[in-house]
Amino acid sequence: MRNLFKIAIRNLIRYKRRTLLTASLITIGVVFVLVFVSVSGSFKSMITGQITDSMMGHLQIHRKGYVASIDNLPLNLNMKPNAYQTIRQALAADEQVEAFSPRLKFGAMFSNFTETTNIRLNGIDPEAEFRTVPLLPSRILEGKSTVGRGEILIPALLAKGMKVKPGDPVVIVATNADGSVNGMQFTVAGILESATGPGGRDGYVRMEDAAQVLRMTEPEISEVAIRLKDFGRLAAAVQHLKNATAGEVNPQGQPLFEVHSWEDLSPFFNIARMIDIMTFFIRIMLIAIVLISIMNVMVMAVYERIREIGTIAAIGTPPGKIRSMFILEGFCMGVVGAGAGVGIGAVLIALLNLIGIRFDFGQQKGLLLKATLDPPDLLVVSVIVITVAVLASLQPAVKASRMEPIDALRHV
Amino acid sequence: MALVTAAGITKDYRTEELTVPALRNLNFEIEPASFVSFVGPSGSGKTTLLNLIGCLDKPTAGRLTVAGTDVGTLGRKESAAFRGNHLGFIFQDFNMIPVLTVYENIEYPLIMVQNIPFRERKERISRMLAAVGMDDQGGKYPHQISGGQKQRVAIARALVTNPALVLADEPTANLDSQTSYAVIGLMKKMRDDLGTTFIFSTHDTKIVGEAEVLFRLVDGRLAEKELKEGTAHA
Repeated sequence: MRNLFKIAIRNLIRYKRRTLLTASLITIGVVFVLVFVSVSGSFKSMITGQITDSMMGHLQIHRKGYVASIDNLPLNLNMKPNAYQTIRQALAADEQVEAFSPRLKFGAMFSNFTETTNIRLNGIDPEAEFRTVPLLPSRILEGKSTVGRGEILIPALLAKGMKVKPGDPVVIVATNADGSVNGMQFTVAGILESATGPGGRDGYVRMEDAAQVLRMTEPEISEVAIRLKDFGRLAAAVQHLKNATAGEVNPQGQPLFEVHSWEDLSPFFNIARMIDIMTFFIRIMLIAIVLISIMNVMVMAVYERIREIGTIAAIGTPPGKIRSMFILEGFCMGVVGAGAGVGIGAVLIALLNLIGIRFDFGQQKGLLLKATLDPPDLLVVSVIVITVAVLASLQPAVKASRMEPIDALRHV
Repeated sequence: MALVTAAGITKDYRTEELTVPALRNLNFEIEPASFVSFVGPSGSGKTTLLNLIGCLDKPTAGRLTVAGTDVGTLGRKESAAFRGNHLGFIFQDFNMIPVLTVYENIEYPLIMVQNIPFRERKERISRMLAAVGMDDQGGKYPHQISGGQKQRVAIARALVTNPALVLADEPTANLDSQTSYAVIGLMKKMRDDLGTTFIFSTHDTKIVGEAEVLFRLVDGRLAEKELKEGTAHA
């Protein structure tokens, strides 16, 4: 094998310019793919992280039918306290769950005593909420970093529009499930940076205060946000929780709960899917580049070396070794192209990070993109390039190995 | 027992419209360790016959036995293995592998065909390089040596696998007469030293006389067989 490699490498060096051009083409393709995969992948995971870690959680459990009416925040589709206890026990026992936070969501009127507007509020247990969505505290731009009894965290756009600041008194007026209206005065504890996506412009109060405004003796739960220990096992966790809650049925035998991942709940998932599709097509383009360039070179190599093939075949070289010789040439070109591409790609990505790419996403301004190259991505791209290089050499190599030595020796 | 036995060998080249007979009903025997030449004008069938003996082609009819094997029955892989283990080739155009040095060219069949261990390989190549007078040229590439030197390397490459038979198709066609004599002389010396049978084709009247057994071909037929006086292997 060592000698086959030696001959393959020397044959590649023999046509320096052609080898260099082909390897460069592969390198450029790999660099483009890696930069695209890195930047788009980092953008995707950054925004996904923002969405899941600052408001949504990795997945959520609602009472059946709640999500279909989620825009109305229907109080009549909340989980009753004993139903939530079932969920709480299941989540507490689940090893995949890092944290979970029950929320009581409701729509209300927000008044600064001179003006009134509407607001969506979450009644939360701050400790559980901050463990479940750990980036939430970082969204607090002004004021206290938590919310106490009688306090409210409000989104920045609302604070700006209503001209309120931390420490200001405000009034929340809400209609409860029975249709009666109740009001309660709060103090603005902090201003939250608005975020793009569902829940990005919600305010937060303590669960007890929410229950008081809604005149609930015991808080009901609209949703349970869940944070997993391993985000990569999202699909499995969703399935596991679906199975765990499937036994809970209403008197009609219908399931009581539904489990949704962030993908089902956030429109950004469609953008993420588009990015995945674009990445897929970029990879297809890389495959085409490698396939065409290597095949072209190898077809030329076989054509130019017909007499040599005839000679080595006449000497008695087994067809398999002749085939391997040409396949190894393609393999070596793939390795060189992929290696150089990975190296240059890594340098380029480091440069991009040094320069710093900033972008706006909805209400979030000046987000700094940290492009990273994941070893699995490097491996996948390298394996694709090398595999395609080998596949591209296969046809010319087989042709070379099947040549009749007598015909090859006669070739002029 | 003869090394090569041809019994009624016929070779036709067929196209869609016509059949061109290249060899017609050849019968001959070649003894081991002989120095044989097939001579004849262009188109007489010399190369075709060498290709058949060299397992590079198959006869249309007849039976051709080389080193006890009916080579007409061998498949592709078996033919390659047979060539690698029993035959050596010397080509008119030297056919060196340009990316390999002189040493590596000679080493090639030992690695790629016979899988000879390194130590034995080294020993055999050194011996061959010395035998063909190229022991100081091993590190050079084919483009760095002359035509005569290339043919010496080709002889070394053909003999390094210890074949029973070396086939040389017009080995001196691209050499000047002085070098041609030197190359033929070297081939004969190697035959004497190693006992390898050499069969070469030529239309060069000057070197025809160097052969000990001469088969004259005319229009694909064996017109004449000449034995040089005192030839032991005729």
